[in-house]
Amino acid sequence: MSESRTDWPLWEVFVRGRRGLSHTHAGSLHAPDATMALRNARDLYTRRGEGVSLWVVPSTQITASSPDEKDPFFEPAADKPYRHPTFYEVPEGVQNL
Amino acid sequence: MSGARPGNPGHHAALALGDDALILAQRLGEWSGHAPELEEEVALANIALDLLGQARALLSLCGDEDELAFRREERAFRNVQLVERPNGDFAHTIARQLYFSTWQELLYGRLAGGTGPIAALAAKAVKECAYHRDHAEQWTLRLGDGTEESHRRMQAALDALWRYTGELWQPVEGLDVDWDALESAWRAGVTGVVTRATLGVPEGPQSSPWAAGAGRQGVHTEPFGRLLAEMQHLHRSHPGASW
Repeated sequence: MSESRTDWPLWEVFVRGRRGLSHTHAGSLHAPDATMALRNARDLYTRRGEGVSLWVVPSTQITASSPDEKDPFFEPAADKPYRHPTFYEVPEGVQNL
Repeated sequence: MSGARPGNPGHHAALALGDDALILAQRLGEWSGHAPELEEEVALANIALDLLGQARALLSLCGDEDELAFRREERAFRNVQLVERPNGDFAHTIARQLYFSTWQELLYGRLAGGTGPIAALAAKAVKECAYHRDHAEQWTLRLGDGTEESHRRMQAALDALWRYTGELWQPVEGLDVDWDALESAWRAGVTGVVTRATLGVPEGPQSSPWAAGAGRQGVHTEPFGRLLAEMQHLHRSHPGASW
């Protein structure tokens, strides 16, 4: 590969399966533009009949939580069982639940 | 399979179309490990596997597919010379894909409306052909309307392969197709893409004096022998070998 070559940008691929309700992250790939990214995604992620719909998103457009923020972001959730519906006992006689 | 015995028209047609697909699959497979990008390598290999699937189905109509693919001599192959042309640079591969897949999609679309085993295969394959044509179009547009270098290379490739396109209109025995209408449709399709890509449609003759439609008669160009040697040597060295 020549030294002057500029790398193609990275794209994240989301696939909705035949019975799936939502698009699920399948992986990533390189492509020169969105149209080619869709075609590459078709070849890389759906050629065995895995999906019926594809999204591609430029990886640079994704804002991700950082590993450093893991504790403040996710830790407090662990010790608050009352945030889960299973914490509550359903009183007898409640209808339509 | 009835209707495809040696000597009858159905056999002749299935062999010609099967050889087109087989030889182009082999050429495209040569990109494995060498394509400019991993993603493009997978795309080319994917197209090659589609073509190989078509070849297997078509050659099976004519006899034993392995026997036909691996045991025939050069003069017994009936593919058009276009598909045996070397990969060249990426632009040459794309130009060959553009010329061939545009033709194949139009032809198979027409064959799908007929009856018999080839019609059934064509109906299934035409969707693959449409994808191959789209892939070639996307790249023709990007290379033609890309950098000065890519434009120059794409034009050179279109020009170099132009003289192998005339053979595509030579009627194939056993296929009931309006070849003149097919040529007009092909020309319109290719002209549209090439023009949008800011490239020029080549103006030279579409066959050379020594090669006018000769692939279908079993006359092939010099690089074809090496392609066959690579494709057949394993089978010939180890007859009956399996995984």
